[in-house]
Amino acid sequence: MDLVTPDLGLLFWTGLVFSLLLFVLTKFAWKPILGAVNAREQKISEALELAEKTKVEMKALQSENENLLKEARAQRDSMLKDAKNASDKLIEESKDKAKLEADKIVIAAKEAIKNEKLQAMSELKTHVAGLSLEIAEKIIRGELSSDEKQKALAEKMAEDINMN
Amino acid sequence: MIFKIPLATIESLTTFARIFGSHQMKFVSMSMIKLLAFTLLVVFSTSISFASGDNSTEKEFNVGEMIMHHIKDAHEWHLWGPEHGGTSIYLPVILLDEGMKVFSSKTLYHGELKSAIDHKTHKTVTYYKGSGSAEGYGMFHEKIYKLNNGELNFEDGHVHGNIKVFDFSITKNVLSLFFGAAIILALMLSISRFYKTNGAVSPKGLAKFIEPLVIVVRDDIAKENIGHGKHHKYVPYLLTIFFFIWINNLLGLVPILPGGANLTGNITITFFLALCTLLMTLFSSNKNYWKHIFATPGVPIALMPIMIPIEIVGIFTKPFALMIRLFANITAGHIIILALISIIFINKNLAWGALSVPMALFISCLEMLVAALQAYLFALLSALFIGAAVEEAHH
Repeated sequence: MDLVTPDLGLLFWTGLVFSLLLFVLTKFAWKPILGAVNAREQKISEALELAEKTKVEMKALQSENENLLKEARAQRDSMLKDAKNASDKLIEESKDKAKLEADKIVIAAKEAIKNEKLQAMSELKTHVAGLSLEIAEKIIRGELSSDEKQKALAEKMAEDINMN
Repeated sequence: MIFKIPLATIESLTTFARIFGSHQMKFVSMSMIKLLAFTLLVVFSTSISFASGDNSTEKEFNVGEMIMHHIKDAHEWHLWGPEHGGTSIYLPVILLDEGMKVFSSKTLYHGELKSAIDHKTHKTVTYYKGSGSAEGYGMFHEKIYKLNNGELNFEDGHVHGNIKVFDFSITKNVLSLFFGAAIILALMLSISRFYKTNGAVSPKGLAKFIEPLVIVVRDDIAKENIGHGKHHKYVPYLLTIFFFIWINNLLGLVPILPGGANLTGNITITFFLALCTLLMTLFSSNKNYWKHIFATPGVPIALMPIMIPIEIVGIFTKPFALMIRLFANITAGHIIILALISIIFINKNLAWGALSVPMALFISCLEMLVAALQAYLFALLSALFIGAAVEEAHH
């Protein structure tokens, strides 16, 4: 029967030892251990949360970057296009201008040539007139060097007049 | 004859444990096998002690007596040699009898071995009569009594008419309790120091080994059964009870000095632990818990006279089952191992060791599993009972 009969002395010591153990372990072991474990768990869950958040942020950032890149590319394209247009226009313009200028120069040259020509012609005319006068004087002088010749000329002229 | 009484008691208690511990059926079936083995062995050892006979002059090896002697508490720590005159550590005896009396148990064990005639059965019983500082005290079956006219009187195999003094001795179990407590303290405080010095880092060394167990108790035992938010204040208790039972169970399996006592297989220990859980349950109970006992929802009023007593009995049977489960499992483990080793001594032939040693080794390994399992179960069921006491009504 004493196998299943609680013993007072042992009960006392068990109570004492267990109570002390409960008190000391709670204060000096379980609280620090559970505290550290809880703190670590919190740290880990926070880190995981942060990682998740960062991942999302990274994704957003990446898409933003992509957008930015796309925009930049579009801008570059449009800038290139603009530049090309501008240069084309410039070239066109300068071509036109050059042509105009050239035309002007040609016209002016033509004018100058014409004027020169006219001048040369009139000079030539005067010269020729002078020459012809000289020649005519010489001829006339020759014609009129004798009486007979004067007479013959007079007659001829008279004849011309008559004929008219 | 002495085994008749515990046998009957164990059987009835087993039935109790089976009925009220039914929410853990898978464990109960294992305990049942063990209790069966326990019962068989007690019967077996009894028959052997009968077979050895009273009239044989040579001191026979009595398995039942040896096993019973081992699983019970003692005032000495027997190391080796025969029961009388072998090598033992004599532990201090502390008696409360008109003031405190402290003396070595050697004065009892090495006192006079006296014989007395039982007044009813007329059989001869022997007891120790103290000498020296233990003068005036006698010890029978490790219980210390005051002598009347220098002797103890017996009736029906029990001491009759002598006053049993309050015995607060440092017995084998008390010393084992100190060892167990010292181991737990050393272990847990060193782990606690690890966290204090290193902060919230991943565990190393001993902490790496113990931390998962702490987390199992916190999450799988406390949080799972008591409910969120409420479990925090019970975690230290459950952790203490888990490690107390586990370490002491393991210590009981060590065959040499710091271990070998049947501490967690002692009814006093399991009674105390179950009492703690009962008090814990009662002091944390809420209105809903008592409402379920005195006005169980959904039960017709006509049935209340039956239901209320059943529910009240139920308050006590739950911790009672805890007490019996731990006691029976650990005691049975000790008995099986000792009985298997005894095969060699019964047959007086070392060759039987080839059978008994592997079997004892196997049971020892099984007992290591049981040591952890019973600690887990005790903590789990304690958490379950506390959880039922703090549960809010579901509406």
